[in-house]
Amino acid sequence: METIWFCLVALMIAVYVLLDGFDLGAGVIHFLVAKTDAERRQVLASIGPVWDGNEVWLIAAGGTLYFAFPALYASSFSGFYLPLIMVLWLLIVRGISIEFRNHIRSAVWDPMFDFLFCASSLLLAVFYGAALGNVVRGVPLDASGYFFEPLWTNFRLGDDTGILDWYTILVGVLALAALMMHGALWVKLKTVGALSDRAANVAGKAWWAVIVLTIPVTAVTFRVQSNVEKSFSRWPWGIVFPLLAIAGMVAVKLYLARKNEWRAFLGSCAYLAGMLTSVVFGVYPMVLPARNPMYALTAENAKAGAYGLKVGLVWWFIGIALATGYFVFVYHSFAGKVDLDGDTHP
Amino acid sequence: MEQALGVHRLQFAFTVTFHYIFPQLTMGLALLLVYLKTKALRTGDEHYNRAARFWARIFGINFALGVVTGIPMEFQFGTNWAEFSKTAGGVIGQTLAMEGIFSFFLESSFLGLFLFGEKRLGRIGHWWAAFLVWLGSWLSGYLIVATDAWMQHPTAYVIGPHGEILLSSFWGLVVNKWAFWQYAHTMVGATQTGCFVMAAVGAFYLLTGRDEAYGRTFVKTGVIVGVIAAFLQLFPTGDVQGKMVTELQPVTLAAMEGLFETQHGAPLAILGQPDVPNRRLDNPLVVPQALSFLTYRKWDANVRGLQSFSQDLWPDRIPLLYFSYHVMVGLGTIFIAVMLVAAFLLWRKKIYGARWILWLLMLSAPLPFIANTAGWMTAELGRQPWLIYGLMRTANGASPRVGAGNVWFTLIGFMGMYGMLAILWLFLVWREIEIGPESRPLDAAGAALIADH
Ligand code: HDD
Ligand code: HEM
Ligand code: HEM
Repeated sequence: METIWFCLVALMIAVYVLLDGFDLGAGVIHFLVAKTDAERRQVLASIGPVWDGNEVWLIAAGGTLYFAFPALYASSFSGFYLPLIMVLWLLIVRGISIEFRNHIRSAVWDPMFDFLFCASSLLLAVFYGAALGNVVRGVPLDASGYFFEPLWTNFRLGDDTGILDWYTILVGVLALAALMMHGALWVKLKTVGALSDRAANVAGKAWWAVIVLTIPVTAVTFRVQSNVEKSFSRWPWGIVFPLLAIAGMVAVKLYLARKNEWRAFLGSCAYLAGMLTSVVFGVYPMVLPARNPMYALTAENAKAGAYGLKVGLVWWFIGIALATGYFVFVYHSFAGKVDLDGDTHP
Repeated sequence: MEQALGVHRLQFAFTVTFHYIFPQLTMGLALLLVYLKTKALRTGDEHYNRAARFWARIFGINFALGVVTGIPMEFQFGTNWAEFSKTAGGVIGQTLAMEGIFSFFLESSFLGLFLFGEKRLGRIGHWWAAFLVWLGSWLSGYLIVATDAWMQHPTAYVIGPHGEILLSSFWGLVVNKWAFWQYAHTMVGATQTGCFVMAAVGAFYLLTGRDEAYGRTFVKTGVIVGVIAAFLQLFPTGDVQGKMVTELQPVTLAAMEGLFETQHGAPLAILGQPDVPNRRLDNPLVVPQALSFLTYRKWDANVRGLQSFSQDLWPDRIPLLYFSYHVMVGLGTIFIAVMLVAAFLLWRKKIYGARWILWLLMLSAPLPFIANTAGWMTAELGRQPWLIYGLMRTANGASPRVGAGNVWFTLIGFMGMYGMLAILWLFLVWREIEIGPESRPLDAAGAALIADH
């Protein structure tokens, strides 16, 4: 039962990363690709109707994590107190800048919100990456099941870890590059003209950055977290996850060259999904590894009561089926390239 | 940790109070938008569609603020109340996760379509979008209130081997009787906010002599729905809530009412300041025997005072609790009076010329926000010293490793950020009111708005 919930939570987080990832990526590359006001409005319009729905995946994943693994929710959220609250602040700034930028047109209003949109997206991408890095590296949990990490200590991987050390920063930078690629491919897909061309260009450059960073991060990860190797040798079929990521990267390169926007974007989705699932698979059955392996939280010792997990399964599938329906409907309704004059009331 | 506890509580109280400013208006307006869209559909009068579009713009601004301030709420259960989450997450996580999955997806998906898809959806389709946004927001209201109701009156649980609280019946959690009445009362309160705000904007247009046709529609809609809501607030919803508190949280009732001594035929305090150290109410103005009647429907019923409970069961901020409760009930009474007079004048067709009542309606707009906040403070302060009534004390619920300094840091950060958000909200809503409901010519701002999505 806990394995099912573990997979479902991982799935929801992955969906969040794929969907909100392109919103974030679009924010990071905002100034790189959009030079005029009309272009900036196109970038915003490409994510405008969907970003809130995408963010709900974070809320829903959080809620699901909460009731399926309460001990994990408690321990990780309080342990990552400072970075999480900062993530909340950044999410606030980002949401506000997307929603309020276009209410007023003025030489001070728009640039201010454009800047806030870009800066908050950039920091969020790095923070998410660093958070993932922390989970892989393990945190200083003790017998009480709790820990508290300061933002940084000495940037080394010793026992006295902080949220940021050279490893987690490296993962953060990789996340930034990957989401830039993802967002650029989305913008390319949703827009036309010079904007779209510039986005393709950025995606191509980000692709190289991703490749250059993925290799050392993967290599280091095997050393930082010994469980990864164990998992892959115990269940060799797990190799499909990294293969998915590699296939995704190949697809991005290939289809970008052939100007097949959709497939290139899906390739980037495959890369992100492949990387995430590899990590999750690598640390399983732990859900939050500890620096001292004795105290690690596992799916088994963090799970909620059996009855709750059982009924949860029933409504979860109903709810997600409905939600998927809405998403298909909404994305379908706003399908195609962004149309700056078409979408409003008569 | 004693010291950190106070800051955790302050931060949670501050952020949730701020959050609730927005959903109450969202939920109230969502209902009124369905009303306006229905009118438009049935009369075929474009006037109602334009009125709905005007309110949809304000709704959109408000909704965005509700969303960005809502996410911190969910996270804070984990960041600030880790012990509570670990112990009770298996139960309250259910309703919280359902809120995300069943209502936020619904709401956020159809809001986009409602705001930007009128052309694509057609008349009927657009009505449905409005309806689904309403449904989503009221459903999220239910699920969050059910979460809170479980903390007020825990049901459907068993205690597990490590002291954790486990769910024992799904329906027991979802159809808690406390949740039902608390929900009814809360939704009526949100409706009042929507009505007062709509009527106030209408009154503003009438008083300033612009957009008068809209002014009339807004005042009329606000008053008709508002008068019904004002009565429902007191009876049956407020009344039943009071009885439930009497039955299930008798200490809370005594503290809310400032009743220190157990009495037959207990009086109802209208005014007076609780003096907790000396255990009495200073300069009280009371209605004799009224409290006994209101709680037990008998003039001489016995009502237990605070003295009859051990002091470690008393809520720890009695004066604040007492005043919150009295502010809520006082304002509720005022709302009934205001709405009743307005409805009477509307019926006699005199309201649009009666400037004094228009002034009154316009200036009343902030009051329902205050009443709703005071109501929640009553519920939450009244629950103290328990975090989960009778099961877990607030003092045991906070995150054990998060020190006071860190919480001060984040609390101050939230305060600064929310101060800015409040200014933005007032500014943008004010601007929409200034621009007004007439379809704007596609000037720069209009074109930009369209481009928004
Ligand atoms: C416009 C808002 C508003 C108004 C005018 C009133 N209320 Fe209220 N009240 C609320 C908004 C509210 C609320 C915000 O919705 C609360 C907070 C939690 C809840 O259940 O509803 C609440 C709670 C609440 C409680 C529960 C307290 C607890 O749980 O400890 C009682 C007994 C009442 N109310 C009773 C009344 C009465 C008798 C009113 C007389 C008119 C009244 N309320 C007006
Ligand atoms: C929006 C309306 C709400 C308002 C204005 C409100 C207000 C407050 C206040 C003032 C406190 C501080 C109490 C104290 O420190 O003495 C508090 C605490 C708390 N409330 Fe609420 N509340 C609201 C809704 C909710 C809901 C819906 C939930 C549950 C889902 C909830 C859960 C909590 C928790 C966990 C605490 C912290 C523990 C405690 O101090 O009891 N609140 N709230
Ligand atoms: C501790 C308590 C609370 C938590 C954890 C919470 C959580 C959230 C979250 C995560 C959102 C954002 C949803 C989105 O992205 O679409 C939100 C918005 C919303 N919340 Fe809350 N909330 C709390 C209190 C309340 C209360 C007391 C009510 C009503 C009774 C309420 C009603 C709503 C509604 C209707 C929305 C939609 C957005 C809006 O109306 O502005 N919430 N809430």
